Amino acid sequence: MIDLTVNGATTRIDIDPATPLLYVLRDDLGLHAAKFGCGLGQCGACTVLVDDKPVFSCLLPVGAIGTRKVTTVEGLGTAAKPGDVQRAFLHEQAAQCGYCIPGMMARAEGLLRKTVTPTEDELRTAMAPSLCRCGTHMRILRAVRRAAVMRGGGVVDAVEPVT
Amino acid sequence: MTRSGITRRVIWAVAALCVCVVVFAIIAYRPAIATVTRPDPRLFDPALVAQGANVARLSNCVSCHQSAGGRPYAGGYPVKTPFGTIYGSNITPDPATGIGAWSPAAFRRAMREGVGRDGSHLYPAFPYTHYANVTDGDLSALYAFLMTRPAVRSVPPANTMIPPLGFRPLLAGWKLLFFRGEPITTDPHQSVAWNRGRYIGETLAHCTACHSPRGLLQQEKRGAQAYDGGWSGGWYAPPINAHSPAVRAWTVERLEAYFRTGLSTAHAAAAGPMGSVTYNLARAAPTDVRALATYFAWQMRDAPAARFERPLPDRRAFASQRHPDGARLYEGACAVCHEPGAAMMVSGRPALPLGTPLHEDNPRDTIQIILKGLHPPVSPRGPYMPAFADALDDRQVSEIVAYLQMRHGTGPAWTDLERDVAKARKEGE
Repeated sequence: MIDLTVNGATTRIDIDPATPLLYVLRDDLGLHAAKFGCGLGQCGACTVLVDDKPVFSCLLPVGAIGTRKVTTVEGLGTAAKPGDVQRAFLHEQAAQCGYCIPGMMARAEGLLRKTVTPTEDELRTAMAPSLCRCGTHMRILRAVRRAAVMRGGGVVDAVEPVT
Repeated sequence: MTRSGITRRVIWAVAALCVCVVVFAIIAYRPAIATVTRPDPRLFDPALVAQGANVARLSNCVSCHQSAGGRPYAGGYPVKTPFGTIYGSNITPDPATGIGAWSPAAFRRAMREGVGRDGSHLYPAFPYTHYANVTDGDLSALYAFLMTRPAVRSVPPANTMIPPLGFRPLLAGWKLLFFRGEPITTDPHQSVAWNRGRYIGETLAHCTACHSPRGLLQQEKRGAQAYDGGWSGGWYAPPINAHSPAVRAWTVERLEAYFRTGLSTAHAAAAGPMGSVTYNLARAAPTDVRALATYFAWQMRDAPAARFERPLPDRRAFASQRHPDGARLYEGACAVCHEPGAAMMVSGRPALPLGTPLHEDNPRDTIQIILKGLHPPVSPRGPYMPAFADALDDRQVSEIVAYLQMRHGTGPAWTDLERDVAKARKEGE
């Protein structure tokens, strides 16, 4: 039995500890935001936060999480009451097909929990492990810059202003 | 003793001290070389600049003379030593903050003698002990190449050396002790490629700077200990002589492929500081890279794998029994790529036990690869491995490492793994 804390709620699950966190989130907890992309830690669609740090949930055995706290995009807000990052992504219409977006949001949230005043370079380095095949990167970056401003900070040397 | 006797002794002692100081000052003194107006980049012969570009790539200058996210040759990479951190200098032709005001003579003296234009001694983190033997032609070419780069106005962070090592004249003493600069002679019994490879490897590429152990004062060990393994940026640079722990022979062809693509399918991908070495070698003259491969295949000609490539052990069941936590973590985090039959294996990536890290006499490289992952060293096509530093804690990483060594390793058993993971995290920052 494993106790897993996701989005503030602790659940006891009977599962093989080698099972990737992503499968537990989607199949056992019904949290479908994090996506299965490559299953190899190369695309970032499965990214969630573990103790505020973005990790590939497809490569994280659930038994390795211990008491650390998992946050998925469901934990950032709801459709009725979206969080800062979600509102920023909506405002910039950052999603095309949307498959990468939960991973992108988790990564953005991880960056902003570390600092609300990142540099443009830090922003791009933080977002780089998540891939988007539709090519909406410029909108995604705009959304994260906006979210930083909404949090009372902002990208210090932003290549374009938040308007 | 009478008062006048004591006075006499004091006078003698002071006089002797003064003589020592004067002698040391004479030994340590180097005059400044007059500044010049930055040479017009258009006046350099393009063929000479191209030769200099090759010299710069073989020498991997940007490894230290470029910071993470910084401009090439503008400096700023921190070289951490037991005596403090030294930052690579700006060697772009900016006259104020780079070397734009350096004459060819000042540049030559810096490369050959480790003395800056202003006459100050340079720390041997800058490997002038190797560059002393670079040919005049290569030095002129490198000067032409650097003087035709974009000038970047940038001052790297100040060095943080522990007292009194910030006092540079002391480096004259280090040079007296350790700086030999014996010329590289041609060995008539060896091929042209071998001799060219030795010249490149021993001078420009300064391979021993990472691959040889260092003494107390950070001097490279020579002779029998040359290429016996060393340390760089928190990574272990394994022996590349008869003590190479590789389990497959480093032939000329395999080394050449490794240097030019960042991957040997009989071994593994270039990781850590070796990544940028292969990035640059991939862009150097192919004949020179082949020569370098020829020389280092020869250096490793008596290594165990060069004599016999033994079958690789896979003690899977035993390792799972001994390290059940490691086995479970491996299954969830690693097996999807590394287990035989996994997509990565089928597409031709080398099997885990072929990589040298699992056979080294310390676990550092295995730990660093798990913590930091692999970044495509030569081109964006890969190889790539995600970093696990944020996903796994020190104990979990150490469990995986213990499991892997038990399953595949051929070297001495590693101990105190958890502590080394913590250390690797710290040194790799």
